[in-house]
Amino acid sequence: MDAVQGYMYPNEVELQWSILIVLYPFITGLVAGAFILASLERVFNVHVVKPTYRLALLTALAFLIVAPLPLQLHLGHPERSLEMYFTPHTTSAMAMFGFVYLWYLMVVLVLEIWLDYRKDLVLAWRASRGVARWFYAVLCLGVDNISDEALRIDDKVGHTLTIIGIPSAFLLHGYVGFIFGSIKANPWWSTPLMPIVFLFSAMVSGIALVMLMYMAMSKLYRREIDVACVDKIAQYLFYAFIIDFTLEMIDLIHRVYESDESFRALDFMVHTRLFTSQIVLQIMVGTVVPLALLAVTQLFTIPSATRLRIYTVAGVLTLVGIFAMRWNVVIGGQLFSKSFLGYTTYKMQYVTREGLLPAIALLIAPFGILWLLVRLLPPWAPEPAAESGVVGKATV
Amino acid sequence: MGSRWHNYSHLIRMAALFVAGILIFLVGRSFFVPADFGVYWHYRAGALDDARARPIRFAGQAACVECHSDISDLRKTARHAKVSCESCHGALATHAAGDEPLKPTRPNGKALCVGCHTKSPSKPVAFPQIDVADHAGDNACIECHNPHAPKIS
Repeated sequence: MDAVQGYMYPNEVELQWSILIVLYPFITGLVAGAFILASLERVFNVHVVKPTYRLALLTALAFLIVAPLPLQLHLGHPERSLEMYFTPHTTSAMAMFGFVYLWYLMVVLVLEIWLDYRKDLVLAWRASRGVARWFYAVLCLGVDNISDEALRIDDKVGHTLTIIGIPSAFLLHGYVGFIFGSIKANPWWSTPLMPIVFLFSAMVSGIALVMLMYMAMSKLYRREIDVACVDKIAQYLFYAFIIDFTLEMIDLIHRVYESDESFRALDFMVHTRLFTSQIVLQIMVGTVVPLALLAVTQLFTIPSATRLRIYTVAGVLTLVGIFAMRWNVVIGGQLFSKSFLGYTTYKMQYVTREGLLPAIALLIAPFGILWLLVRLLPPWAPEPAAESGVVGKATV
Repeated sequence: MGSRWHNYSHLIRMAALFVAGILIFLVGRSFFVPADFGVYWHYRAGALDDARARPIRFAGQAACVECHSDISDLRKTARHAKVSCESCHGALATHAAGDEPLKPTRPNGKALCVGCHTKSPSKPVAFPQIDVADHAGDNACIECHNPHAPKIS
């Protein structure tokens, strides 16, 4: 009981939401952010980031497939998740997640990826034999029409889908913030700013992830990194990060100025139990340092190789910072008593269903899925000499 | 005109797939969701009858007092006055009804006591609570305390 300090209600001593619930907003944030980056090229015509367009979509898909798994593990009985669709409870924001998720997965991501890759898939279908031929034929739905007019239509529909996709991505992650922000009994969570802060932190983490993935993939597949593209992404990361940090500071200043009855308890928590994860990891290491690094690249002329290294460090620290932010929201919100007179401790388990090990597995899983997706649907046109399967040969 | 639609054929097939998915969902829904779901509110109405049909397991305090008034009188004077008999002795409806010659098993004193009386900062200060090892060592609580009137006079 050393873990408890002061007065806790009995049901508050043990945390109900574990590291898996930290992962859930982290992963959905990466999805939303990656998609928003992809939409830059498609809708806002930022052509310089085109090399990352397909990679961003595939990254979003890989992470979206994993997004509900932490919830499934946390709740248990995955077979019951179908009930959410069969008997939807319209008054529960949590229960509506299934529909938000399905809409985003099927209507936005899968459809957009399919339309974008259709030409490649048709060419692969024509070039392949045996089982692969059947496989690609099914993916093409048996239609091999890639006439200019058909591709123009695809592009138009894809454009419309991206336009629908942007509010959908906002909805997906705004919704995650809404779940926390609408819990009025918990002053650490209850603020209408929460969905917006979640949204911008999602953009920050998604952009950072795609930037890192692009550089890593280029290294891995021995392709030249398009420095202008990474520069532009880093610039967007910088801007999004400034807005995100400003919003969080507005929230903080508002809390300090308002100083409601919960303030002293929360302030004490931030200075003690959350000090490392909030002040050190989230604000210093995960926000101020990457922002400073990105600012340096914006203000000074630095050789491109050094610049890319700075982007890598800034990107990794950004992801650490955003993960710490999710941690501080989810875990921090459960560490203090609603009496504001006591604090508890989160004791993380390791090899249990909600332990560290499954959490690590869930964080690695999207990269496995992405590896598979990249093999199946190469995000870039391969070198003429390189052999990378049938799609590789077929793509132009 | 025909060739114009030809260029849309893959989209039409995709749309058909989506419609098929929605239809499969609707058929599955009609199959899996019980007909009486939502009659009263967000649950299966028949669940009420199912719950009603389950046997009653607790006799209730009044039934205990009918026969065990001596214990009841003793408890009235003590700190456990408001703890009902079946909280410690378990559900005893069949015992009270005399349907079977059931002699209730004696509760495992120590395990039962520490459930409430282990020291915890989350409990009100006035609530009697102890560090079990320090307070009793390996001894059973009932060696010193009568659970029906726990205060040692």
